[in-house]
Amino acid sequence: MTRPLAPPPRKDPQRATRPPELPPVQRSRAALGLTARAARGVFALQVCGACGTVAYPPRDACAGCLSTELVFRPVADGGEVIAQTVIRATPDLYFRDRTPWRVGMVRMDCGPSIVAHLHGDVEVPGRCRMVARLDKGGNAVLMARPETWSEAMADDPEWRELTAHPKFRRVLVTAGREPVGQAVAAALSKAGAAIVFVGIAEPWKPFAGEAQLRAIPNVQIMPLDLTDTASVHELAGEIGGKTDIIVNTADHVRPGGIVDANTLVAARDSFEVNVFGLQRLAAAFGPGMRSRGADGVNSAAAIVDVLPVEALGNTPGFGFHGASAAARHSLLQCLRAEMRPGGVRVMSVFTGPVDDAWRQTVPPPKVAPAQIARAVVTALAEGIEESFVGDVAIDVAARFAQDPKVLERELGS
Amino acid sequence: MVSEAPPVRSRSPAGNPRRPYRDVAVAVPVSIPYVRYSNETAHWWIARALKELVTRAGIRPVDLDGLSVASFTLAPDTAVGLTQHLGLSPRWLDNIPMGGASAVVALRRAARAVEAGDASIVACVGGDANGIDSFRKLLSSFSRFAQDASYPYGYGGPNGSFAFLTDHYMRQYGATREDFGRICVAQRDNALTYPQAIMRSPLTLEAYMNARPIADPIHLFDCVMPCAGAEAFLVTTADIAADLGLPHARLLSTIERHNAFPDDPIQMRGGWAMDVGELYAMAGTTPDGIDVLETYDDYPVIVMMQFEDLGFCAKGEAKDFVRAHDLTNAGSFPQNTSGGQLSAGQAGAAGGYLGLVEALRQVTGQSLSRPVEGARTALVSGFGMINYDRGLCSGAAILQAGAA
Repeated sequence: MTRPLAPPPRKDPQRATRPPELPPVQRSRAALGLTARAARGVFALQVCGACGTVAYPPRDACAGCLSTELVFRPVADGGEVIAQTVIRATPDLYFRDRTPWRVGMVRMDCGPSIVAHLHGDVEVPGRCRMVARLDKGGNAVLMARPETWSEAMADDPEWRELTAHPKFRRVLVTAGREPVGQAVAAALSKAGAAIVFVGIAEPWKPFAGEAQLRAIPNVQIMPLDLTDTASVHELAGEIGGKTDIIVNTADHVRPGGIVDANTLVAARDSFEVNVFGLQRLAAAFGPGMRSRGADGVNSAAAIVDVLPVEALGNTPGFGFHGASAAARHSLLQCLRAEMRPGGVRVMSVFTGPVDDAWRQTVPPPKVAPAQIARAVVTALAEGIEESFVGDVAIDVAARFAQDPKVLERELGS
Repeated sequence: MVSEAPPVRSRSPAGNPRRPYRDVAVAVPVSIPYVRYSNETAHWWIARALKELVTRAGIRPVDLDGLSVASFTLAPDTAVGLTQHLGLSPRWLDNIPMGGASAVVALRRAARAVEAGDASIVACVGGDANGIDSFRKLLSSFSRFAQDASYPYGYGGPNGSFAFLTDHYMRQYGATREDFGRICVAQRDNALTYPQAIMRSPLTLEAYMNARPIADPIHLFDCVMPCAGAEAFLVTTADIAADLGLPHARLLSTIERHNAFPDDPIQMRGGWAMDVGELYAMAGTTPDGIDVLETYDDYPVIVMMQFEDLGFCAKGEAKDFVRAHDLTNAGSFPQNTSGGQLSAGQAGAAGGYLGLVEALRQVTGQSLSRPVEGARTALVSGFGMINYDRGLCSGAAILQAGAA
């Protein structure tokens, strides 16, 4: 049985903060194919297009027939753990700080034998399910989990290294005036966050849902205006040292393109909130979080950005909104690389159109705030770097993966 | 023009039987004493071994017209750079990146070169540096599969890999830690008679059992001590050896295999199991005809697999074999007579040479450790390169005392 996580003790400022070492980061190009799938929580291995052999470790040619047509595909995730070890001594600085570390050799039903992190509840010999996730260095690793999963198992120390679970962590949600931010705050509180700081711009102005928001356990309202650099830095000065997760739910949305319904003011406001707001947040909170990436049970763990799936393809009716989403997506790629040395994850939660007043004219299906909130908690608890909420987002992502040019033409008609 | 691929044959091409070795002599066993940490380079260690080779053979460095080098730490050089570095002009040059199988493979190749007249006197040498922290750096760039698929998982290095094999072997065949301990303790007894062994104090089974765990079920005394050092020998013709007045051994047979049994879900046997019949047939002997056995022993589980795969007992019965035999130099089954790597130390690729050089000393009456009585025929086995989850290279050779 997984031992339940104990609440972290109050931080002793006299003691050294554990430096955020990373597990071995070097990988071959073929192995990055595993990483690309693991980023979305998908367990996929190379399958030979010629003879069907499932290959592992990632490689450049099939060991069954020498074909070079290897394609990553989801494969059967069941297997039998046939041997285990507990690493107690290692020259590697990351693992050295985390021993004992349990590892298993798994004979997969789909063929290959896999060396994998071994969840504490898996028996040896015994059955398991293989999952692919990103480690602190942003590379795919495989973990053998019990065949049936229960929430109590999430406290396993090796599994927790692969996630950014909100339990016992202190979270900042950036846009509490909006229904999405409020729903996210409620879900994080329920998922075990120690504190949910909720940023409110112009807090003297009342807003819908305020009473319910204030009633959520562990919520603390903080003044935060993403368009104001001083405001962001002021908040970082106050809570930056104890912010473990940021969920940025801000999204300034207005209709309009360039030739049609062009309004420079709305365009500028979109970028001010959606792009420069994210920049201000990351600039103010990023350095502190990056230094606290290994700071115990409530280490800094993730920056989550909830962004429109139009980041992947422009919808001309909301042309500038889409442009700000694309800029945001690009910035997240930059931020992901910048936060990686600290072992802090940067997660993108792409959403379809939210069901709100600005998108009355957009046909369904639309996304409810509660759906987004669930997706945010899942991304954190399951360690998913890129997730897609709602049918529209899932559909756009699939079409983007197929052919971005076709997607552009389809969204533009 | 369209060229069509020929149809796939339904059977393997015609056979090509092994030719026996004719008058291949192995001589001048050299072991440069190991040190735990050293600032000297692989070039330095290899030079010392070659210097001792030529001195003891009574020849000049230019008389070495063949050179075979095994080392993990020569980078950015290879054997090629070493020729200029050391002022040698060989007409036959080999670089063997096979770790624990290096000596057997070097011997195989050198033997055929000498037999064909492509070279007359081949120096085979394995040597490595070991500075502070160099083992960690060596591990991190060991192989692509290890980089991608084993070191990101707890980074146990070879300890972790052999922990899996040991755990599985114990589950499968009921071997116990005490059984592995018998091998380690006997080898330590042998090492105490070998003045160049790194481990100088006796080891009891109790101390073995109480050692700290490293990677369960591997404990401290299941692991070798990485160190710096070099080992070498000469391969030449029986005529040249006699002319130089060198005590030497004749090479009777060898085998070599890579990536054997790829479909085994975990390593339970090495390539020896594929080729052992040929090994004894070519030598005209059987396991009973072997007086001294030198196995590759970076961990005791692989020693047990060699007992089985080389025909000294059946698969899964090595535990009974070690319970029934005294593995010391004076015992019923002399094995790893200089203490093996477990007690003599592992000087990188020289670890692959340790057993061969020791066997050569035993059968040519030049023993530094306690001589095995009546030792005429020795079997040396090599094993190397944990590329991902298992050792890929295996080999073995049978040497017999020749005329002085």
